[in-house]
Amino acid sequence: MPDQSKWKAGLRAIGIPVLATIVGLLVGILCILIAGKDPVLAAKAFYRAVAGEPRMFGNVLVSTIPLIFTGLAVAFAYRAGLFNIGVEGQYLMAQIATVVVGVWWTPPQGFEWLHPIFALGAGAVAGAIWGGIVGLLKAWKGVHEVINSIMMNWIALFLADWLLKAYLRPDNSRAASYDLQQTAWLSQGLIEGSRLHTGIWIALGTAVVVWIILFKTPLGYEIRAVGHSPGAAEYGGISVARALIITMAISGAIAGMAGSVQTMGLNHRFNETTALLGYGFDGIAVALVGRLHPVGVVLAALLFGALQASSGLMQAMAGVPKAVVSIVQAAVIFFVAAEGLWSFLQRRRAKKEVTPA
Amino acid sequence: MTVAFGTILLTFIMATLRATTPLLLAALGGVFSERAGVVNIALEGIMLAGAWGAAYFSFISGSAWIGLLGAVFIGVIMAGLHAVASIKYYADQVVSGTAINLLAVGFTEFMLNRIWGQAGSSPEVASLPNIGPLNFMIYLAFILAIVSWVALYRTPWGLRLRSVGEHPLAADTLGIDVFKMRYAGVLLSGVLGGLAGASLSIGLLSRFVDGMSAGKGFIALAAMIFGKWNPLGAVGATLLFGASQSLSVIFQLMGIQGIPTQFFNMLPYVLTMLILAGFVGKSVAPAADGIPYRKTN
Repeated sequence: MPDQSKWKAGLRAIGIPVLATIVGLLVGILCILIAGKDPVLAAKAFYRAVAGEPRMFGNVLVSTIPLIFTGLAVAFAYRAGLFNIGVEGQYLMAQIATVVVGVWWTPPQGFEWLHPIFALGAGAVAGAIWGGIVGLLKAWKGVHEVINSIMMNWIALFLADWLLKAYLRPDNSRAASYDLQQTAWLSQGLIEGSRLHTGIWIALGTAVVVWIILFKTPLGYEIRAVGHSPGAAEYGGISVARALIITMAISGAIAGMAGSVQTMGLNHRFNETTALLGYGFDGIAVALVGRLHPVGVVLAALLFGALQASSGLMQAMAGVPKAVVSIVQAAVIFFVAAEGLWSFLQRRRAKKEVTPA
Repeated sequence: MTVAFGTILLTFIMATLRATTPLLLAALGGVFSERAGVVNIALEGIMLAGAWGAAYFSFISGSAWIGLLGAVFIGVIMAGLHAVASIKYYADQVVSGTAINLLAVGFTEFMLNRIWGQAGSSPEVASLPNIGPLNFMIYLAFILAIVSWVALYRTPWGLRLRSVGEHPLAADTLGIDVFKMRYAGVLLSGVLGGLAGASLSIGLLSRFVDGMSAGKGFIALAAMIFGKWNPLGAVGATLLFGASQSLSVIFQLMGIQGIPTQFFNMLPYVLTMLILAGFVGKSVAPAADGIPYRKTN
C-alpha cells in the first residue's frame, strides 16, 4: 500500500523536527529553572513578544526574514548532498557588493526602481561566486565543501573588514560603511510601528522559486539525483561536477540575498563585523528543522525568528538570559541530527505491526 | 639598531609561541578525532567550554591546577556529546559539531551570568605559573605533540586508532573494537581541546572572557589539515599560523605599513585551501573520516 507508506514517511518527516523542538524547548525551560527564574513568566513574555501587539509580530517577521534565506540556502545545497556551512561568508560578501551598488551607483531619473533590484542582484552574484568557488574546488579537485566553506567564512570576515576600513567608509571614526542611497532601501512600515520591510515578500518569493527549481525543473531533478547517489546520477548521464558547482552557486546566491536584504531593508549600511555572527549556523538549524523542504524552512524560520525576537523581552520581563536561546537552538539541532536516537520509535512501531516478509 | 632588532626578534618569538600554544593543543585534539574517523569541527566549542571550565574550577578551588583538570573535564563532556551523537546515533558529524559550537557559546555565556553575575568576563582567577620566561602551557603543548606522535605512530594502539579511521570494516574483521577506538579518539580531542581552552583562560590570561576562543578552534582545524593530520605536521602548521598572527603585531611595532593586518589573519585559511586543492603540496584526509560506522550483524 504505497499511500500508507507515504503517509508514514510524511509523519516521520514532521514528527522528528517537532519532537526535537519540544525537547529543545524543555531544555530551555530547564535552563530557566536552573537560572532561578519563572518559566511561566518567561512563557508570558514570549507570548507578549510574539502576539502581544501587531508591531511585535512585525518584529518577529523581521527576525524571520534572514532565517528564511539562510535556511533555504542550506536546504538547497543539502538536497545535492552538499553541506553549505559557508552561508556566513556568502552573507558578508553579498553585503559588501550591495553596499557598493547601493552607495556608488545612482540610477538614472525615472529608473529608481532598478536600484534595489541591482543592489540585490549584486549581492546574489557575490554570494554565488563565494559559494561557487567551494563547489568548483569540490568538483575539480575533490576538496570537501565543509572545510573550504569554513575557510571561506573566515577569509570573507577579514576581507570584508579590510574593504570596509580601506574603501567603504567616509572616515576612520565610523564603524560602518557609507549609507545606502535611499533609492536602494526596501520600504519599511508594512506593519505600523515595526521595522518590517518588503524583504519578507522577497524571502517568501525565494522559497517558492526554490520549491519550483527543486521539484518542477530538470535541474532540480538532477540536483536531487546527485544528492541521492552521485554514482547512479553519473551513470544516468547527469554531470555531477556541473550539478555540484551550480548547486553551490545557487545556494550561495540565496545566502547572499539574506545579507543584501538585511542591508537594504534594515541596516542601510555595512556595520563593522569583527566576529562571525552566526547567520550560517542559524540557517543550518532552520534547514534541518524544516526538513530541507521550502515550506518547512519557512515555518522553522518563523519558530527561530520568534525565539530570537522574544529573547529581549524574556530577559526584561522574566530575567531569562539571552544565552538560553542559543542553548535551545543547539539542543534542537542536536536532537534533529541524532537520527539514530529516534529509531526507538520505529522499533516500537515495528513491534506492533506484523508485516509479512 | 641591532639591539632594537634583537628585542623585536625576541618579542616575535615569544608572541609566536604564545599564539601557537592553544592552536597546537586543539589541532592535536583534531588529529586524534579525525585519525579515528570522526570529523571534529567542534574544536572551537570544546576550546571555549574548556576555557570556561579552567576559569571556573580555578575560581572555586583557588588552584590553577584544579582549573586545568576542570578544563579537561568540561572538554571531555563536550566531546562526549559529539562522540555519542556521531558514533552511537550516526548523526552527521558536521551538524553535531555545529550544535556543540552553538551549545558552548550559549553555555559559557549562561554560566558566566549565573555564577559571576556579570557579562563579558569572569573575575581574576589563579593562573598557571611561568617556567623561566614562558608559561607552563607552552611547554606542555610541545611535549604533548611529541607524545601524540609516538602514541599514533610508534604504538600498536596508534596503529589500531588509525586503522579505524582508514578502513573500519577491515579493522573490525581483525577484531578491533571500532566504536571503542572512535570514542577514544573523540574523547582525547576533548582532553586536548579542553587544555587548549585552559591555555587561553588560565595560561596566557587569568580570567575567562566571553567568546575568547574567537575562531582559534577553526584555525586549529586548518592547521590540522595543513599538517596532514599528523602531530608533528600540526607543530609546523601551528607555528606557521602563530607566526603569521604575531607578524602583524611586529610589523606594527616596526612601523611597517602597507600590508593590512587582515591579510595576516587570512593567511592560514588561504594556505589551507591551497594545500587542499593540491596547489602547494597535498593533504589527504583519512579515508573513512566523517563516515559513521554501522555494524552489519
